[in-house]
Amino acid sequence: MHSIILATAIRLLLPLMLLFSLFLLLRGHNEPGGGFVGGLVVAAAFALYTLAHGAHEGRRMLRIDPLRLVAIGLLIALCSGLLPLLAGLPFLTGLWSSLPAPVIGHAGTPLLFDLGVYLLVAGMALLIIFTLMEES
Amino acid sequence: MKNLLFFPLIIPLAAAVLGLLAWNQRKLQRWIGIGATALLTLVSGILLVQVQQHGIITAQAGNWPAPFGITLVADLFSSLMLVGTGIMGLCVTVYSLADTDQHQESVGYHPLLQVLLLGVCGSFLTGDLFNLYVWFEVMLIASFVLLALGGQREQMEGAIKYVALNLIASALLLAGIGLLYGVTGTLNMAHLALRMQELDHTGTIPVIAALLFCAFSIKAAVFPFYFWLPASYHTPPIAVVTIFSALLSKVGIYVLIRVFTLIFPQEALAGQPLILLAAGLTMLFGALGAVAQPELRRLLAFCVISQIGYLLMGLGVFTSLALAGSIFFMLHIMAAKSALFLVTGVVARKAGTSWLPELGGLYQRFPLLAVLFLLPALSVAGIPPLSGFWGKLALVQAGLQAEQYLIVAAALGVSVLTLYYLVHAWIQLFWKPRPADAAELRSLTPQRRRQLLGPALGLTLVSVLLGLLPEPLFRLCSAAAEQLLQPQSYIEAVLGVIR
Repeated sequence: MHSIILATAIRLLLPLMLLFSLFLLLRGHNEPGGGFVGGLVVAAAFALYTLAHGAHEGRRMLRIDPLRLVAIGLLIALCSGLLPLLAGLPFLTGLWSSLPAPVIGHAGTPLLFDLGVYLLVAGMALLIIFTLMEES
Repeated sequence: MKNLLFFPLIIPLAAAVLGLLAWNQRKLQRWIGIGATALLTLVSGILLVQVQQHGIITAQAGNWPAPFGITLVADLFSSLMLVGTGIMGLCVTVYSLADTDQHQESVGYHPLLQVLLLGVCGSFLTGDLFNLYVWFEVMLIASFVLLALGGQREQMEGAIKYVALNLIASALLLAGIGLLYGVTGTLNMAHLALRMQELDHTGTIPVIAALLFCAFSIKAAVFPFYFWLPASYHTPPIAVVTIFSALLSKVGIYVLIRVFTLIFPQEALAGQPLILLAAGLTMLFGALGAVAQPELRRLLAFCVISQIGYLLMGLGVFTSLALAGSIFFMLHIMAAKSALFLVTGVVARKAGTSWLPELGGLYQRFPLLAVLFLLPALSVAGIPPLSGFWGKLALVQAGLQAEQYLIVAAALGVSVLTLYYLVHAWIQLFWKPRPADAAELRSLTPQRRRQLLGPALGLTLVSVLLGLLPEPLFRLCSAAAEQLLQPQSYIEAVLGVIR
């Protein structure tokens, strides 16, 4: 089923939703939001694109295998836990930069962890969506 | 040094991530699996030595102090179990090099095995009840996929039974944890133990203890909750069954012992008749199920249940010697029972079936296999001088000292039954003349042979060595049991000096 309305709308919506997901990711640092919802919004954006153009096109648009996205997300989250071990602190201890960055304030390993969650959730949700779309 | 405690969790997690990154590279995944389990064994060994020298080690994840953050605790009991986990992980990974087919590996067998090990190590190390629940879920997810890997009809049936019952167990566990939090306001196990010493043990607390007992009993396959185990253990690849029987039900028993010595010692004593009854019936029904089984894998599944009864018996008797016996028995059964499972896998691969009536006469062709089956079988039955004998001796002695004659009689009676059905299976496999219509035996390439028989041989040797030289390990187990019965040192190690 091809819907011209959805196909046209998604051209504008996709970049908007991706931007919004980044906003959610960064906002989650101190306020409601975070990697999990951000990742879901990414998945929603690509799911809409897939609905409009089919699973094949959706995979092409994503460029990266969703399973790889899951692995990279996990790796980043793991690294955020491993960094404090190098400083002799327990696993997963939060380390913070002393200089505040613009927009997000003091960045630290929790942000890195959240980025991992963001990629992991997006990859996992898209993996499920693509698999289901390809089966039907 | 404290950070060493995180490595039994980081290693399998990192291996799982690397395995995901190397998704379609079969060879690389295999090497990652072997490397990670070898490293896990090494780190656990170092941890055990450290704990032996310096006492209980604790670490706070994220540097949040106990009881607010999540504590990891390694005492002798948990580090002994970690060493067992590492060794079993390594043996099974090597065995699965030859046992799993290309399809199973292409859908993520090796990373899943690492996730399973992660859940097991987490359950052994955690000092927080809710965190324990999370590790159980990690184990459950990984084990569900491993059970269903391959997607055959019977496999799905077994996997669904397994998951349904384990979800019920998780719900009970969660309910118990919630109630406990409502009563005490904490979930850190050391802090809970402290609170329990102050509280009056009436009203909800025995109910909570009963809920937790049921939840962990389902996980451990204790009577009357064991029926999911024989339903699901005979369908998946033998390597998967081996790691399940070696680790998953043992985690249930580990947690029972941990929770009931640390948090609910009063309830353990009050519920002694019930625990002993459950232990005795688990032994008996497991053995009776095994006697009637014509299929080798189901027979061994029932045998797993029967041995769980012995592990629970140690908790029921609740003396230092009994707990030491349980811990020793647990390590022995990991090695001996897994060796049996692995050899069964080799037999099934060679003969194309594991139905006893269709097998026979294998001794002439494979004398080594016959020995590799007989030794662990005798060890499981408890024939001296093999490892099972010492574990049973300690349990029986403890039972006699505590004047629990009924459970001692059950333990001894079931030993005879165990000897009967295992030797009977051995005779049918190796001694009985080969049936005329039996299928042609398949031969294995030398490399496969090494990969399949190496782990079985190693585990059998462990069992024999533990039997000939039980003293060092038994001393460690006794020390671990002492630690369990004196929770004060555990509490102080986690919470610091008590204010």
